[in-house]
Amino acid sequence: MINKTVKNAREAVADIPSNCMLMMGGFGLTGIPENCISALLEKDITGLTIVSNNAGVDDFGIGLLLKKRMVKKMISSYVGENAEFERQLLSGELEVDLIPQGTLAERVRAGGAGIPAFFTPAGVGTEVAEGKESREFDGKMYLLESWLKADFSIVKAWKGDTAGNLIFKGTARNFNPIMAAAGKICIAEVEELVEAGELDPNQIHTPGIYVQRIFQGVNYEKRIEQRTVSK
Amino acid sequence: MLTKDQIAQRIAKEVKNGQYINLGIGIPTLVANYIPDNLEVVLQSENGLLGIGPFPTEDQIDPDLINAGKQTVTMAKGSSLFNSAESFGMIRGGHVHLTILGAMEVSENGDISNWKIPGKMVKGMGGAMDLVASADNIIVAMQHCSRSGESKLLPECSLPITGIRCVKKIVTDLAVLEISPAGGFILKERAPGVTVEEIKQMTAGKLIIEGEIPEMIF
Repeated sequence: MINKTVKNAREAVADIPSNCMLMMGGFGLTGIPENCISALLEKDITGLTIVSNNAGVDDFGIGLLLKKRMVKKMISSYVGENAEFERQLLSGELEVDLIPQGTLAERVRAGGAGIPAFFTPAGVGTEVAEGKESREFDGKMYLLESWLKADFSIVKAWKGDTAGNLIFKGTARNFNPIMAAAGKICIAEVEELVEAGELDPNQIHTPGIYVQRIFQGVNYEKRIEQRTVSK
Repeated sequence: MLTKDQIAQRIAKEVKNGQYINLGIGIPTLVANYIPDNLEVVLQSENGLLGIGPFPTEDQIDPDLINAGKQTVTMAKGSSLFNSAESFGMIRGGHVHLTILGAMEVSENGDISNWKIPGKMVKGMGGAMDLVASADNIIVAMQHCSRSGESKLLPECSLPITGIRCVKKIVTDLAVLEISPAGGFILKERAPGVTVEEIKQMTAGKLIIEGEIPEMIF
């Protein structure tokens, strides 16, 4: 079995250059690649385009990369809860491309699956449709949307093996599996790394073919945005 | 006039046994509290969970388990987990029976605006455009008027549109209304103590009143 293991986050992101396109898994702060974000912060790179459903919060997640001015453009579906993001956007330092969440997910999925474009009903009759080809199927209008691919995709899984097979937990799965497939190089950080053969093949969510580098992450904070409990 | 909880309680009466339901953020989330125990329904969270359970107790909190509003949740018996593309596949594919969401404006032909106010910070549409473009049955939960007293039920939406001709029913603090296929808000029920005349005054779009309009029953 091909061994995809790298030592740590620093080694995994060492060759990520300025001005490249990154995908980062996560929904809110759940399932984000915390270790790789920390390692990217140590690098002297700028001009990144980041595809991620959200943009983190001011002092955690992608918000940290924004604060250090490493990001040129965000491609996201929802970017609230981040004052620094808002400041940079309003001052013109940051570009943002807002995409309906299902369209974003399908564009990423299509990128990984070799489908250059598809029709979706989301956004018909709205400003999202401006400049896009539309077509009627069975009496309903749809918009043509194209695939999204990245130079690197960075994902976070619960368990992984040295062959790059991944298992996710709870709703930390979200965009991670589809992004794994849509990056030329996929870096996976996992909470528990085991030898190939130790994970049950029946339970694998992301087959190792999509993953080029994998490492055991450390010190996961897993910050909660909206701690809500039953009364 | 209804409280937010009463709006949620009235919407819960629309829920039918066996439905898969997506609840938006705000008042729609409250609907879950009023679904009768004798109905078996499954709540979908677009970040990848079918079968949202109650909020966790302190010792059940799992940061890897949140709803689309980023609140910590639990999983109901028989739930399942999936990725974001699969999640929106089930939404666009018409497998979710009922979508309940909030709105800033609804027009008399069923257009909805709920994602952007020009001049204010744009946070994004999240999954709202996918949901409204896909669901066959969309119920809007909202206040009848804005804070400044302007009607939110309009001939045409003034704010950027989220989806066109998609809303079927609206439950506000004043009334239950349905969108007529020919255009217009059909008044179905009044909130307790609210008169038809008051609803007429607060509705800028075409209001259709046929016969006696009953008070809501909870």
